[in-house]
Amino acid sequence: MVVQYLAFVIFSAFAIIGAAMVVWSRNLVHSALFLVMSLFGVAGLFILLSAPFLAAIQVLVYIGAIAILIIFAVMLTRSMTAIREPFNAQSWLGAVIGAVLFVALVAGMILPVWGWGSLPTLPQSDVVGTTRDIGIALVSADGYVLPFEVASLLLTAAMVGAIVIARED
Amino acid sequence: MASFLTTLLVVAIVATTPLVLAIPLIWIERKVAARIQDRLGPNRVGPWGIIQPIADAIKLIGKEDITPAGTDKVVYNLAPIVAVASVVLMWACIPFAPNLIGVDLEIGVLYIVSVASLGTMAIMMAGWSGNNKYALLGAFRVVAQLVSYEVPLVLSLLIPVLLAGSMGMQDIVTAQQGMWFIFMAPVAALIFFISAQAETGRAPFDLLEAESELVAGFNIEYSGMKFGLFFAGEFVHVLTNGVLIAHLFVGGWWGLGVSAEGGILSNVLGLIYLVIKTTIFYFISLWLRNTLPRVRIDQLMNFNWKFLVPISVANLVITSLLLKISQVAGFAVDLTTNASFTAALPMTLLLLGGNIALILGVIAIYGFNIRRDRVQEEAQAEAIAHAPSH
Amino acid sequence: MVIPLWMYLIVAASIFSIGVFAVLARRNAVAVLMGIELMLNAVNVNLVAFWRYSTTDSSMGGQVFAAFLFVVAAAEAAVGLAIVIAVYRNRRSVIVEDVDMLRW
Repeated sequence: MVVQYLAFVIFSAFAIIGAAMVVWSRNLVHSALFLVMSLFGVAGLFILLSAPFLAAIQVLVYIGAIAILIIFAVMLTRSMTAIREPFNAQSWLGAVIGAVLFVALVAGMILPVWGWGSLPTLPQSDVVGTTRDIGIALVSADGYVLPFEVASLLLTAAMVGAIVIARED
Repeated sequence: MASFLTTLLVVAIVATTPLVLAIPLIWIERKVAARIQDRLGPNRVGPWGIIQPIADAIKLIGKEDITPAGTDKVVYNLAPIVAVASVVLMWACIPFAPNLIGVDLEIGVLYIVSVASLGTMAIMMAGWSGNNKYALLGAFRVVAQLVSYEVPLVLSLLIPVLLAGSMGMQDIVTAQQGMWFIFMAPVAALIFFISAQAETGRAPFDLLEAESELVAGFNIEYSGMKFGLFFAGEFVHVLTNGVLIAHLFVGGWWGLGVSAEGGILSNVLGLIYLVIKTTIFYFISLWLRNTLPRVRIDQLMNFNWKFLVPISVANLVITSLLLKISQVAGFAVDLTTNASFTAALPMTLLLLGGNIALILGVIAIYGFNIRRDRVQEEAQAEAIAHAPSH
Repeated sequence: MVIPLWMYLIVAASIFSIGVFAVLARRNAVAVLMGIELMLNAVNVNLVAFWRYSTTDSSMGGQVFAAFLFVVAAAEAAVGLAIVIAVYRNRRSVIVEDVDMLRW
């Protein structure tokens, strides 16, 4: 459908242009806001991929919490001097590595295997990931209940660790 | 092509409804506030002051559009738009009648919570872009409050989801045909109401505005229609909260003469019932706003993390436990199918008993703590009074 | 037309490469953390794309994996930013190159 294609182009543009402006922008708060734009694009891609639960969680967790945390950190750690050079001395090497990585991934792996290779590139079935299925998968014994419990332990440890590190002692 | 145009028309209607509803809300707000404060309220502009909101809007539009020096123009102009957009986006998922809903998402409740969390981003942008450190401090406090009160909001929102077995808004409303959820989970309704009141920044949690303290907090630097957008966005947010509470706990568009299939009579009656219930909750919110004093930021945070969050977690555990017990004991009812009042009654009584036990437990623990503190204080006072004087 | 899988993979690869560039080339520690978030997002897109285009039954492994990645990203952002704030409080600088000695 044309509308799906158009939506894919728009969301991908949000994601990629937002990511590029995160790196390119001199002002750090602008970078954080462009990160929000990129996260929106990724949420849109999740909706196109029939994962509405993940899209809502992306907006709620990433944009509603992590992006705000990043903006807080940017505002609390502003240096009083003028804006210095955003890129360091090895930025050209970083750009080369990023470009080589991208070309290697696309030309070396993605296009040969899934572009014109033998693996199927169209969706196999009309799966729609309902929330019920995710819930059952997360707590069923032959599902992912053990990583689920470990993830909650991880969150508790991260919360305690962040509070202890950032305290004014 | 025709369906595309229909979709566009529905989108336009759903997006304009909250903005149009903001206009009578301004009048209701000022009249109710005035009457509670034993004065008359606006009564000059038109009969009973009905045209007052339009006069307000004309005043705000006619003001000079000042942008302070040193602000970040794009972010400064974007913040009120994002604030209003995050509220209007919520209305896409809210059912007005058995057949009137923007889009019945399967994850409706989660979508509403996610979009509501975009409002905090708007406040952060507003506080920073004004180039004013008091605005920034105000924005920090506000964002801390909003992010903290999302936790009991979502936890108490899970109780109707648990009872209805689905996150879709129409499913939750349909599941209340036998018994409203407020009788099954009064504690959850109360916690949701308090958290929603805090999420929109209404008194007693109105450190956001704090007209007498931080001089309007993060919107110091906003004047004219941009301030008007924040203002209208806040009113529409309170209305949206009222609509949500009506749907989640009090049955939404259910009432006498409404059937789940639809039809003209059902839709009209459902809309009327929804308006009545929403108005009641909006009035309760205004009532609280005009009678309760403001809480301090540390009292606010204490209240949230040491009181509301443990209670909502305990409530969630107790409710799921009692639901499982009622399933095992055999009197559980699948509420989304046609469950009548008498069929849902045993489960209701069990859950209500669990909630009352929770309330009594909280009062007992709280009373025990207060008694222990008072005994300690009295012991200290006695030690000071009996101290040997030099 | 249905969008083929490799388009999603190319989008994810580009976001990942931009994230790699951000981590390697930016001087501010918070910008480095933003690059890490970009990389995690790209991985999420990859996971969900593969889940959508490869499963025939309703096994939810891809989405569950992506959900766990949300958890890990949130935990890492919280602890990372706490460390950045603690370093700023002690050294008054968040430039990554300035934090190069273990003690004075």
